[in-house]
Amino acid sequence: MRFLHLLWANLRRKKTRTILTMLSIFIAFILFGYLVTIDHAMNMGVSVAGADRLVVRHKVSLIQPLPQSYEARIEQIEGVADATHQTWFGGIYQDPKNFFGQFPVKPEEYLAMYPEFVLPDDQRDAWLETRTGAIVGRNTADKYGWKIGDKVPIQATIFAKKDGSRTWIFDIVGIYEGAEKGVDDTQFLFRYDFFDEARQYGAGNVGWYMIQVEDPEQAVAIAEAVDATFANSPAETDTATEKAFVQGFAKQIGNISKILMAILAAVFFTILLVAGNTMAQAVRERTEEVGVLKAIGFTPKQVLGLVLGEACLLSILAGGLGLAISWALITAGGDPTGGALPIFFFPPGKLIVGVVLTLLMGIVTGTLPALQAMRLPVSDALRRG
Amino acid sequence: MSELVRASGVSKDFKRGAETIHVLEALDLAVGQGEFLALMGPSGSGKSTLLNLIGGLDRPSSGTIEVGGRRIDDLSNRQLAGWRARHVGFVFQFYNLLPMLTAARNVELPLLLTPLSKSERRQQVETALGIVGLTERTKHYPRQLSGGEQQRVGIARAIASDPNLILADEPTGDLDRKSGDEVLDILQTLSSQHGKTIIMVTHDPLAADRADRTLHLDKGRLIEGHTA
Repeated sequence: MRFLHLLWANLRRKKTRTILTMLSIFIAFILFGYLVTIDHAMNMGVSVAGADRLVVRHKVSLIQPLPQSYEARIEQIEGVADATHQTWFGGIYQDPKNFFGQFPVKPEEYLAMYPEFVLPDDQRDAWLETRTGAIVGRNTADKYGWKIGDKVPIQATIFAKKDGSRTWIFDIVGIYEGAEKGVDDTQFLFRYDFFDEARQYGAGNVGWYMIQVEDPEQAVAIAEAVDATFANSPAETDTATEKAFVQGFAKQIGNISKILMAILAAVFFTILLVAGNTMAQAVRERTEEVGVLKAIGFTPKQVLGLVLGEACLLSILAGGLGLAISWALITAGGDPTGGALPIFFFPPGKLIVGVVLTLLMGIVTGTLPALQAMRLPVSDALRRG
Repeated sequence: MSELVRASGVSKDFKRGAETIHVLEALDLAVGQGEFLALMGPSGSGKSTLLNLIGGLDRPSSGTIEVGGRRIDDLSNRQLAGWRARHVGFVFQFYNLLPMLTAARNVELPLLLTPLSKSERRQQVETALGIVGLTERTKHYPRQLSGGEQQRVGIARAIASDPNLILADEPTGDLDRKSGDEVLDILQTLSSQHGKTIIMVTHDPLAADRADRTLHLDKGRLIEGHTA
């Protein structure tokens, strides 16, 4: 700590150069914050997916429906604890930009299947009693200012009503919270019986099934048993773990993680060159001062430490500020896509990775000039000055 | 007067391509405790090289150097650094202050290597700056000081950790006569009143006259000497 003022003074020596270098590091870490958050948001469903849940979809495609009658047959398969279904509604609230998932479900079965969706008992009872009732995640409710008792019109893009109308009006009867951070609290869930009875076509069909298995160890065998049950039927199935299902869903838009990491790597490599060059230049300009420090008794290792410390201070200050600002922007601003990334927060683990990266960046950029300063013979350094 | 510095048979060679340059040749020298010695000689005669060897900034090609009864030519770089921090103060021709540090912070530099507390360091810095008459300029940066004042800060830095030996390489070479005289006054005081051993390289006979003894170097050999 007694050398801190020396490091700080060196950073202030060429203010413009220091500020520009810090700015480049700062922006790199802002970018880091957003990219890891987007990556995390895209993979969050995978990490919170239940290990004891399977998803059954049509073998041809996710958008092909399955008969509702499959539920009873699935529940008869050995090892299946429970089964329920979900269907993609695909409606619009006021504006197509207002994106959130809407699903008709069987309330009791769905809430039992997903205990991570926490709904107060009175709201649960209200949902069971109200055919047009819907529950909505806290995030979406807050976003649109909905409260219990509101009537919410959703414009259907797929399912018109029997009377030809495309406007479905739901009563908000409950607002669920996620049991833990990372649970999707953007969904809009309404009753399947109301939906099935009112829709113009497709009655008796569902989108896909979720299965709760008794023993996660048996998940693969149960998946095979489910698919075997419906083999050679008009609607053959493809069963996978919920995790694989969510992963497959994410991969429909390409390997985003790989693309994001490639962008980050390119940015960091460039910044390493910029910051490394700055440090090398700064130390070259100070050859004589390095000589003075050594003459008055600084050991080679202390000189090495001073240069490395300066590089780390520069990187930690700029990178730390970048991380802090990106954390603040992400926390305050939320999902910048308007709903496509429902779970959008700066993951604490990645924040720690970011802090470590700032330190690593300092070490990498400072090592070469620090070694040069350390090895510089003191009499040569004084002569060169 | 007891002996502080002894150089015995010291030679120093430098390689320049295939050529070997003999800067010092079998030089013998003894400097007493509290003595003020001036080294004179033409450029390239080896004065600064000798000063560097005595200060442990470089090693002789042959021969031995003892300071305070301890051989320093066989110490490692790390050991030499520690030894310099405790026993030697350097004064440079162009002051060599760190421009982004105040006068007080510059003087404090060698004290950062000691276990002294912040308040002890501050006290020692004030004492050193007091000796050179700059207590009013502690918060000034080098660019805000005249050449003479900067050199006085340089001297304060050299004595801050209270070393026995002060090595000054042309300390008045960049100063006008008045400022140079002030610097020489301080060096004389350090020698006569504080018992510091001072070895000063200079081209200026008037500066050399302030020393107790002057030695002349030419082509790496001591050729004459007299006591002031």
